[in-house]
Amino acid sequence: MDIFLQQLINGLVLGSVYALVALGYTMVYGILELINFAHGEITMIGAMVALAVIGALTLAAPGAPGVLLLGAGLAVAIPVCVALGLVIERVAYRPLRHAPRLAPLITAIGVSIVLQNVAMMIWGKQYIPFPGILPQGRHEILGATVSDVQVAILVLAVIIMLMLILVVQKTRLGRAMRATAQSRQVASLMGVDVNRVIAATFAIGSALAAVAGVMVSAYYGLAHYYMGFLLGLKAFSAAVLGGIGNLGGAMLGGLLLGLIESFGAGYIGDLTGGFLGSNYQDVFAFFVLIAVLVFRPSGLLGARGAERA
Amino acid sequence: MTGRRLAWMMVAAGLVAGCGDKTAQTGGKQAVLIGQASPLTGPQAHLGKDNENGVRLALDEINAAGLTLGGKKVVLELKSEDDAADPKTATTVAQKLVDEGVAGVVGHLNSGATIPASKIYSDNGIPQISPSATAVAYTSAGYKTAFRVMTNDAQQGSVLGAYAVKTLGARKIAIIDDRTAYGQGLADEVEKAVKAAGGEVVAREYTTDRSTDFMAILTSIKGKAPDLVFFGGMDPQGAPMIKQMHQLGMTAKFLGGDGVQTPAFIALAGPDAEGALASNPGLPLDAMPGGSAFKAKFEAKYGKIQNYSPYAYDAVHVLVDAMKRADSSDPAIYLAELPKTDYQGVTGRIRFDAKGDLAGGAVTLYQVKNGHWQTLETVRSGK
Repeated sequence: MDIFLQQLINGLVLGSVYALVALGYTMVYGILELINFAHGEITMIGAMVALAVIGALTLAAPGAPGVLLLGAGLAVAIPVCVALGLVIERVAYRPLRHAPRLAPLITAIGVSIVLQNVAMMIWGKQYIPFPGILPQGRHEILGATVSDVQVAILVLAVIIMLMLILVVQKTRLGRAMRATAQSRQVASLMGVDVNRVIAATFAIGSALAAVAGVMVSAYYGLAHYYMGFLLGLKAFSAAVLGGIGNLGGAMLGGLLLGLIESFGAGYIGDLTGGFLGSNYQDVFAFFVLIAVLVFRPSGLLGARGAERA
Repeated sequence: MTGRRLAWMMVAAGLVAGCGDKTAQTGGKQAVLIGQASPLTGPQAHLGKDNENGVRLALDEINAAGLTLGGKKVVLELKSEDDAADPKTATTVAQKLVDEGVAGVVGHLNSGATIPASKIYSDNGIPQISPSATAVAYTSAGYKTAFRVMTNDAQQGSVLGAYAVKTLGARKIAIIDDRTAYGQGLADEVEKAVKAAGGEVVAREYTTDRSTDFMAILTSIKGKAPDLVFFGGMDPQGAPMIKQMHQLGMTAKFLGGDGVQTPAFIALAGPDAEGALASNPGLPLDAMPGGSAFKAKFEAKYGKIQNYSPYAYDAVHVLVDAMKRADSSDPAIYLAELPKTDYQGVTGRIRFDAKGDLAGGAVTLYQVKNGHWQTLETVRSGK
């Protein structure tokens, strides 16, 4: 039971990070029908910038409380990522908005490679340690162990997702986003500044990515110029699993993928009597993805052509 | 007709030129070329240069002392090539060294470069001694020209497995590897040695060399209550792994191989690194029989020792030692003497087993104490 509970916690924490990143994919797809492959790299840039800020601050003000340092890191990383997201949209996607759909997909992959290499040039090829500034407290719950960082990630992710839902459902911007998602032409005829809405979507997605990047590096204790690639791929899969273009779908997909990976890796060896080991954990996750897509091609919550954004 | 005669003449001229290279006369002395191949450019250039300097130091000393083979005074000359740590470049460079007529090669640095190059040296009958390649595959191909003066991964794995059970007293052991040739190879050897020493492998889990999340497999391992977790892989995975072990409240010891025994491991794991155990093939410099003398000589000329230069230095001496016993620098003749090597070098006594591996290769165990790797002890691999 304690192992089951522990795997549940592991999966929820992993899944909430996937969900945050998946939201960025799904929002952009909902509005532009574009898969922004550079999104994973934005999480990496977020982590790297925050680490650089935290590193500089620990030198400048030794002994400052860790939470404050982390806040400062986030306070710089979020605007940097938002700016980066806006520049990418302006430079790589907007000029191609009326081009065939394959063209922006290719620029997206190009941007992703450029960002990886720029990060490698700035921060080097080595893994960068996340300084041990955060409280290392652990709590025992029914035999399972939860750390402060895990609790913080879960709580923060839930708050951010609730805020996002509020923004999309209750604000003028949210209404404009939903309208743009349904039909760009009609929305612009109704007086919605489509370019601004799209820019706002990229900005919000990038801010979420920055937070997710900082979470991942704080959780695992390191950052690396390549870290965005795999995270982006997993989050994209989560978005597809939940139904790409659907906000609730991205959250559900992210959590599900995290849980599947966690339980898959934890139990696959014992369930198959050692025939399949934990080296099949990714295979297991993608097998579930394929199975879902076979029966529900538009994902778990993806209703064809219905409400997106 | 004339065309054919011309062709024959060219072949003959080529042969003469080829022989000329091998036995170039320099002031009444015969020059013998010794090849050295390692990455001299790229991220591992400092290690490659270190090997080159080790070879150069040995050659200079032997020349200064004077060497006579077959009644003739001999001068050793260095032919150093850059293999860029790349398997493809390594074969090109190996062919180049063979074409230049080297009598023997010290190299390469990386297993990945050493293995493909070894076929070329073998095809041409040129003895090769790697100072640093640890992959088992290098000597298991059965080439008679392939030797190493470094402990191989199988020797390291068997020492680690036995050490975990006998010295650390672990009864139940969990093994994780990163599915790379290195990580898996090491983990397999550890598993064998653990079982041979009477320990029980309670879990065998896998990850990749890109992963940072091990919570799921560690949770599963925790349920089996091992005394020790062995990880076959590198520091970018090892560091988050030990962190997550502590996060899960696991008290099992953490043991790794040379991929983990790095300064980066401590930097990445921070305070969680404390108490971690790991090994490295070979001896620390201060434990080598000739370590301090070598250090003084080397650092006076070339600056700080990086890693493998003592082994490169010994490799040259092993080649020359065989030449002396055969009284010839002809690879075809002195190759037969190499397996009989029994040489007391800087790094210790060097003898080869039937495969060309270093007999009784040393493995040194380290533990993180106060944020530094501290030497625990050096163990010689059995048999």
